[in-house]
Amino acid sequence: MTTGAETGERSRSRGQRTELFWALLFLSPWLAGFLVFTAGPMIASLALSFTDYDVLNSPSWTGLENYVELFRDENVVQSLGNTFFYAALHVPLSMGIALGLASLLQRAGRRANLFRTTFYLPSITPAVAVGVLWFWLLNPQVGLVNRGLHLIGIQGPGWTTDPAWIKPGIVLMSLWGLGNTVVIYYAALRNVPKELNDAAVVDGANSWQQFRYVTIPQISGVLFFTLIVGTIAALQLFAEVYTMYFRGQASGVSDEARFYIIYLFQQAFEFFRMGFASAMAWLLFVIIMIITAIQIKLSKRWVYYEGETG
Amino acid sequence: MAVQRQGLDRSIGMGASKAGEATVTMPSPRKEKKPTSPWVAAALVGVSVLFLIPFLWLLAASLKTRSEVFGPEVIPHPFAWNNYSQVWRIAPVLRWFFNSVLVGALAAGSVVISSALVAFGFAYFRFRGRGVLFGLVLATMMLPGAVTMIPTFLIWDYLGWTNTQVPLWAHNLFGSAFYTFMLRQFFLTIPRDLFEAARVDGANYLQVWWRIAMPLSKPALIVVALFEFKASWTDLLRPLIYLSEEAQFTLPLGLKTLLDQFGAHGIQAWELVMAASVISTIPMLVLFFVAQRHFVEGISTTGIK
Repeated sequence: MTTGAETGERSRSRGQRTELFWALLFLSPWLAGFLVFTAGPMIASLALSFTDYDVLNSPSWTGLENYVELFRDENVVQSLGNTFFYAALHVPLSMGIALGLASLLQRAGRRANLFRTTFYLPSITPAVAVGVLWFWLLNPQVGLVNRGLHLIGIQGPGWTTDPAWIKPGIVLMSLWGLGNTVVIYYAALRNVPKELNDAAVVDGANSWQQFRYVTIPQISGVLFFTLIVGTIAALQLFAEVYTMYFRGQASGVSDEARFYIIYLFQQAFEFFRMGFASAMAWLLFVIIMIITAIQIKLSKRWVYYEGETG
Repeated sequence: MAVQRQGLDRSIGMGASKAGEATVTMPSPRKEKKPTSPWVAAALVGVSVLFLIPFLWLLAASLKTRSEVFGPEVIPHPFAWNNYSQVWRIAPVLRWFFNSVLVGALAAGSVVISSALVAFGFAYFRFRGRGVLFGLVLATMMLPGAVTMIPTFLIWDYLGWTNTQVPLWAHNLFGSAFYTFMLRQFFLTIPRDLFEAARVDGANYLQVWWRIAMPLSKPALIVVALFEFKASWTDLLRPLIYLSEEAQFTLPLGLKTLLDQFGAHGIQAWELVMAASVISTIPMLVLFFVAQRHFVEGISTTGIK
């Protein structure tokens, strides 16, 4: 903030007041939207989380009952477990593979753009289409995944039928969409000053050491950003899995595929338990804040900021 | 099994010949670059093939007859082109397509204007509390959508706008935190003198924004529009919450409905579901190829989803 400049220009306070008027005018869409679509709903959902509310009848106060139920409802506990399991696999795998592919792109010369395009295409495919497609690619009998595994002599698992393999199958599907991250990392890698690597070579670093001690610190800001954003997104996975396993599709395995937002959606808009669903939403919010805080804390150990990098 | 093997071998074989092409081409003309190593090229081609096969499989399945949809043939035999005309007949696909285009255009258009307006407010004006307010903008990016989902639904329900497409895009009239952040960064790169000069010439702030800042920011505005259009085009959750009449559906919700009706528990008409999936995917791919440069630049500079 520029308080110093402001006090120095007190003589022009009238002009400043008009400027403040204009500033508020420009900010007014956001201010209104913040009140109506963010702050208001946040307070409302917090309040609703202490009530029973089915939309038709007015809410009735139930105190902490919804929160107590959160921990008694097996589906909440399991869906939370499913979601953590998915995020714990998806986030590191997609970051690692994306970084590998981005480094390959960096060595690909002129062809890099073509490959980058190819990697990105799944990211613009509608989630429902992704769900339909992968439900069949993962099919244990006729799916391409198991046919491919068969070619190299592996008997593929029941990705869509065996409870133990449902979530790994979903992780596999999610990795098809990592092109976004590849594009981000590739851009970051190209911004690493070449002199740094040259200096490392002069100091006798091999290519792994260059990567580990020069490249990684240089792009750590970007890695950190994708870690935070990727984790938050992974905890809210919905459309692909809902398409694959819910509403009519392959029932029986759906316990394993019931992710947190899916259960929340069902509670809110299929059973109209708005109060309970609001409590679920706040639990997720608290979880996300805790995880993000931990990640920020840990980042001080590995994220390297140079001036205003990141 | 033998037939399956042949099929897959053939598709992998196609990939291998591409690898040959990639490595045979002239080394890139950039001065310091070494020619691409064959291992790198082979790895990239291999991974690319893995990324592309699902698309080809989907396209092939959509052109197969019902009994053959999940068969091992790589190339449909015979080509069942009428899958597409049949999808057209059993579901208002064209209607859904136009709904998706309309909602996407409204979502993109409104978010570009409103976010740019707010972003200019944060980039140009200096006032007390600006830092705090902008911090608030950034903080809302972390908020999971689920927290505001239910009360937002209740607001639209109260206004009587559920079962319309308004809730799918109207919140965009109030700007989006992410795009505001991104456009503010962009506006900050424009020399302030340009704005001051326009002020001296008698333009008011709105005119400065609309006539100077906006035209100079066209590339960034295009990126915002493209990303919002994509987000809207692929969204399932909002249409699922708000729409109940088939005529209002967007393509993803329509596709989900088709899937539930004709797929798993229906008549097992998977070839039609596959055709509908292709229909919902192609427009985005076309848009991507037309505007590829903007997409890639946008992601590279902002790290957006």
